[in-house]
Amino acid sequence: MVTMNPEILDKKTKETGKYVPLFEAFEKTEGKRGAAWIRKLRQNAFAHFCHSGFPTQREEDWRYTSVGPIERTPFHLASETLPHITVQAVERLRPCTLNWNRLVFVNGFFCREFSHVSDAFEDLNIGSVREAIVSKSNQLASYLAQYVRYDQNGFTALNTAFIQDGAFVYVPEGKVLERPLELVFISTSRETVSGTVLAQPRNLIVVGPSSRATIVESYVSIDQETYCNNVVTEIILEESASLEYLRLQKESGRAYHVSTTKVNQAKDSVFSSTCVDLGGILVRNDLHVDLQEEGAKCFLNGLYLTSNEQHVDNHTLINHPRPKGTSQQLYKGILDGRSTAVFSGKIFVHQDAQKTDAHQTNKNLLLSEEATADTKPQLEIYADDVKCTHGAAVGQLDKDSLFYLKSRGIGENEARNILSYAFANEVAQRIKIPSIRAQLNDLLTERYGHRSAGEGVHHGSA
Amino acid sequence: MNEAKALIGGEYKYGFVTDVDSDTIPRGLNEDVIRLISKKKKEPKFMLDWRLKAYHRWLKMSEPEWQNVVHPPIDYQDMIYYSAPKSITDAPKNLDEVDQEILKTYEKLGIPLVEQKRLAGVAVDAIFDSVSVATTFKDTLKKVGVIFCSFSEAVRNHPDLIIKYLGTVVPYGDNFFAALNSAVFSDGSFCYIPRGVRCPLELSTYFRINSAETGQFERTLIIAEEGSYVSYLEGCTAPIRDKNQLHAAVVELIAMKDSEIKYSTVQNWYAGDSHGKGGIYNFVTKRGKCIGDRSKISWTQVETGSAITWKYPSVILQGDDTIGEFYSVALTNHYQQADTGTKMIHMGKNARSTIISKGISAGHGRNTYRGLVKVQPNAQGAKNYTQCDSLLIGDRSSANTFPYIEVKNKTASVEHEASTSKISEDQLFYCQQRGISEENAVSMIVNGFCKEVFKNLPMEFAVEAAKLLGVSLEGSVG
Amino acid sequence: MLEIRHLHVSIEGNEILKGIDLTVRKGEVHAIMGPNGSGKSTLARVLAGHPSYQVTQGEVRYQDKDLLTLAPEVRAREGVFQAFQYPVEIPGVSNAYFLKAALNEQRAFRGQEELDAVDFLETLKQKMKLVEMDSSFANRPVNEGFSGGEKKRNEILQMLVLEPKLAILDETDSGLDIDALKVVASGVNRLRSPDRAILIVTHYQRLLNYITPDFVHVLVDGRIVLSGDKQLAFQLEEKGYEWVRESAAS
Repeated sequence: MVTMNPEILDKKTKETGKYVPLFEAFEKTEGKRGAAWIRKLRQNAFAHFCHSGFPTQREEDWRYTSVGPIERTPFHLASETLPHITVQAVERLRPCTLNWNRLVFVNGFFCREFSHVSDAFEDLNIGSVREAIVSKSNQLASYLAQYVRYDQNGFTALNTAFIQDGAFVYVPEGKVLERPLELVFISTSRETVSGTVLAQPRNLIVVGPSSRATIVESYVSIDQETYCNNVVTEIILEESASLEYLRLQKESGRAYHVSTTKVNQAKDSVFSSTCVDLGGILVRNDLHVDLQEEGAKCFLNGLYLTSNEQHVDNHTLINHPRPKGTSQQLYKGILDGRSTAVFSGKIFVHQDAQKTDAHQTNKNLLLSEEATADTKPQLEIYADDVKCTHGAAVGQLDKDSLFYLKSRGIGENEARNILSYAFANEVAQRIKIPSIRAQLNDLLTERYGHRSAGEGVHHGSA
Repeated sequence: MNEAKALIGGEYKYGFVTDVDSDTIPRGLNEDVIRLISKKKKEPKFMLDWRLKAYHRWLKMSEPEWQNVVHPPIDYQDMIYYSAPKSITDAPKNLDEVDQEILKTYEKLGIPLVEQKRLAGVAVDAIFDSVSVATTFKDTLKKVGVIFCSFSEAVRNHPDLIIKYLGTVVPYGDNFFAALNSAVFSDGSFCYIPRGVRCPLELSTYFRINSAETGQFERTLIIAEEGSYVSYLEGCTAPIRDKNQLHAAVVELIAMKDSEIKYSTVQNWYAGDSHGKGGIYNFVTKRGKCIGDRSKISWTQVETGSAITWKYPSVILQGDDTIGEFYSVALTNHYQQADTGTKMIHMGKNARSTIISKGISAGHGRNTYRGLVKVQPNAQGAKNYTQCDSLLIGDRSSANTFPYIEVKNKTASVEHEASTSKISEDQLFYCQQRGISEENAVSMIVNGFCKEVFKNLPMEFAVEAAKLLGVSLEGSVG
Repeated sequence: MLEIRHLHVSIEGNEILKGIDLTVRKGEVHAIMGPNGSGKSTLARVLAGHPSYQVTQGEVRYQDKDLLTLAPEVRAREGVFQAFQYPVEIPGVSNAYFLKAALNEQRAFRGQEELDAVDFLETLKQKMKLVEMDSSFANRPVNEGFSGGEKKRNEILQMLVLEPKLAILDETDSGLDIDALKVVASGVNRLRSPDRAILIVTHYQRLLNYITPDFVHVLVDGRIVLSGDKQLAFQLEEKGYEWVRESAAS
C-alpha cells in the first residue's frame, strides 16, 4: 500500500497540488469522522492522486478524451451547506413523478427532506454512505473501495480521497423490490462562495443472494452552470441476484461528468443496465463488469445524444474470468453539432472462461458536418470454446430506408426524423420500466419531432 | 540439420543452409558501419546522407511497446548488418556469373532463375541475404519501359526517381524499425511502371535469409505512373536456426492517377520450433499512397511463418475515388505471435476501403488484428467495410481484435464486424462422417475460412498458400 | 451386417436409449419410426459416432467389427453413411472439392487408386443429374445458402457418390415437398442392392410410400416397443403413436 509520505507529495504536479490544501482542510473536519480504515483509505488514495495526477491522452484508455478542462479548473469542494432548493424544484428534476422510494442528493450530499423511504423498506439498508461511515463501519468496510481500485486512475483516486457521502443500498438475501428505487443527484454551483463546485458522490449497491432490485439513477442540474461531478459507484451482485439498473445523465450543458461504475457479479447473477447520456460538456463513463463466477450474465445498453460542443466518452470493459458467462452490449449514439462521441468496449475472455457468449455492437449516426465519432471495439480472447462477436458502424441514415419513406409521401426532414427516432428507440425499448421508457420516448420525439417543424439546420437534402 | 528437422516434425521444408563464401562485415551498428554499407554498395552521397539522418533519428527512438507480443530484448549491437555472397559482391552482369550454389538454392525453393526453367509470366528479383542476386526477364520488361531491378541498381542508375520518391510514403523517422531500415537497408526491389503501361508479367521478389545472425533489411519501392497496372508478389524463407533473427523491411507504394498496384505476400520465414525456439522477428512497415484520383492499392498477405510478425500494410487514400484493400490470413501455431492489420486513411472524396482479416491461432499461438480506419473531415462519401474473423484451435491459443475507427465526416459509412470462435464440432463431425480424417478436416475447414483472402492471390500463390496453411497447422490437432 | 445389442446411450447424463436390440442383414431396408423425442435420431448419430453421446452399455457389431471403438471417419471408410437431419454449412469449401476429398480418403483406405479430377467430375455430374441438382451446385460451398430441400438432395448426392454399405437416413424426409421427396426416394432405391443395407429414421410414413421397407420398428422412450413389416407403418399412420404406447403398455 502507498502511504502518504512527504516524498510522494513532493512529486505532486501543479494541477494536483491545488488539491493539497483542500485535502488538508478536509482531513481536519470531515476526515475525523469514521474509523481508522477509512481515514487510511482516503490518505492512500490522495497520495496516489498526487503521484499519478489526472490521466493524459498518452494513455491508451484516454487517447480520445482530454480532461485538460477539468485539470485546469480551480474547483471548490461541495459543502453540505445546501443552496436554497424547493421541493417543487426537486420534483421537477426527477425523471419520474411516481411516488417511488428515493434518495436525493445535492452536490453529492444526502438530503433527507427531499428523500422518501417507505416503512416497507425498513428491513433493507437504504441510506447515505455518510451515515454508514459512522454507524455501519464494519459492513461498509467489507465492500467499499474493494471493487473500484483507487489506483485505477486519477479520478477514482480523487473520489476515494474525499469519500464522504453517496447512496448506500443493501438488499439482503431473498428480497424482491417490486418498485424501483430512485437515486437523484442534483448539482448546482449556485450560492457557493468561490465558483465552481466539485461533487464526488460515492455509491455502494449490494444486492444479496437471490434478491431482485431496480434502481434508477439520475444526474440533473438546476441551472446551466459549470460544475464537475466525479462519481464512483460499486455494485455487487451476490449469487442469483438480479439488478435492473438505469442511469440517466442530464447534467447541465456546461458540466463535467466523470463516472466509474464497477459491477462484480457472482454465480448466475444478472445485471441489466441502460445508460443514457444527454447532458454535460465533457463526459466520461467507465463501466466495468466482472462476471466473477460461472453463469453470470450482463446486458449493457447505452444511448448518447450529443450536440453543440459536447464530448461524450463511454468505455466498457467486460471481464469473463469464469466459464459460461454471457454478455451483450448495445451502445448507440446520434451526434449533432460539433460534438464528439467516443466508444471503447473491451471483451476480455480469460483462459478458463470456456463457453463464453459475448456480443457487442456500437452504432453511431452522424447528423452534422463537424461531428466526430471514434470507436474502438476490442476482443481479447484466451479461451477457445467461445462465441464472441463485435460490430461497430459509423454512418448516415440508410438511404434505402429514406427512399422507402419518401416513396410513401413522407418529406425528407420528416423521414430523417422518423429514422433517427427509430435508431435511438432500439435502445430505449430495452428499458423495462414503462414510465421511464415513456419519458425517454417523449424526449426522443421532442428532439426529432421539433426539427421537422423547425429549422432543420443540419438537414440539407443529401 | 536432421536434428532440427526431427524437432519440428519436418514441417518447415525451406530450413536448409546454402554453403557459400560470404562477404560479411563485423557485428554491431555505428556510423562507420553505415558508411561501410554505403561504400560497399557504391552509393552516391545523397544516399549516405539519408542513411545517416535516419541513423541519428533512430538513436533517439525507442522500440514500440504497444503491440501485443512478447520477446526478450533485441541487442542491436549483437547483429550483423551486411552479408553478401562473395561471388556477387560486384553485382553479376548476368546469370552465368551467379554462384551455382545460389542458383540451386532458388531451384530448391521452387524459384528457378535460369532461362530454360523460369516460371512463365513471372519476373523474379531474387534477394539472398543482403543483396539482389538476379533479376529475370529484364529485357522483356525493358521493351515496355518497366524498370524492375534491385534497389542498389536503381540508386546507381535512376537516382532521380529514388530522390523523388524514397521516404515519401514511409519517412525515415516513421517508426523505430523503419528508421533502422532506412539507416542500414542493404537491398530490395525497385519497380517503375511508366504511364499507361500494363505490366506484362507478374513481378516478384523472393527473399532468402541464409547467413546466421544477420539481420535482413530490405527496401522496396514501387511507382505506378498514371494509368498503369502492376501485380507484385513477394515470398520469403529462411534456414532453421536456434537464434532469433531480425527482418525489418520497408515497402513503399506510390499509385498515380488511374493506376493500380496489387501487392501479394506469402510470408513463410522460419517460425521457430514447436517449443518457440528460434525463428524470424518480422517487423515490417508497408504503406501505399493512392496519390492520383481513381488509383487503387490492394494488399494481400498470407502470414504463416516468423516467430513474431508485426506489420500493418496500409493505404493513404489521398486522391478522389481511390480504393484501398487489405486481405489477410495470419496463422500462428506453437508459440508464434502475430500483431498485424492495416490502416486505411481516407482523405480524398468517395474513397472506398475494404478490410478482410482471417486470424487462426493454434497451440500457444497468439494472434492480434489491429487496424485503423480514419475518415478525415474532407473525405466526403468515404466507405469502409471491415470484417475480422478469428478461429481458435486449442485452449492455449488466443485471438484479439483491436480496431480503431475515427470518423470526422458525416457522409462516411464505416462498418466493422468481427467474430471469434473455434472450429465447429458439427463441421468436423460432418467431414469425418464422410471419411475425412480429423487433421484433413481441420485443414479443409481452415482453408474454407480463408477462401475470401486466397481468391485475391494470383493462381500459383493461392495453391501454395493453401498447402502452406495445411503444413503450418500440422500438430495442432489431437 | 449390423447387430445392436442392449444399447444404452446418454447425453449429458440423460439416458436417451434404454436398451436397443436390432439386427440388420445385407440387402434389408429397416425403418425406425417413433414420436418426437423417442431417441430415433440419437440412434442414427450414435451409429455414425457423434462425439456428444456416451454409450453406457451394450455393443454394436458391424461386419464383425466392434463399431463403437472406431473413429467416425473410420466408420465412414468402412461404409457407414449418415444422411444428416440438419446438414452443416462449410463456408469456403466447394461441394465438389469436399466430396472428392472424402471419396479419395475412402478409396485410399480400401487400397484403391485416387480418382483424378476429370473422372471424379464425370461421376459427380452423372449423380447430380439423378438427384436433379444443377451442376452449379458443384462449385458452391458445402450446403451454404442451400434451401432445406437442396441440403437433403445434397446428402443423397453424397451417398450416391460414396456408395456406402450401410446408409442411415436421419429424417431425410422432413421438410421436403413431394417432388423433392420423390427424388430422394429414387436416389435411395437406386442404392438398394443385395449387399447393402439401409436404415431409415422417420417420423412419418409418407417416405415409406416410395421406399418399401422390409421391417418397421417403433421406438418409444428409448426402446423398440413394436416390430413388424410395412403394414405396421400404415397402422401407425392411421392410429397414431398413442396407439403403440397403449398396446405396448397392455
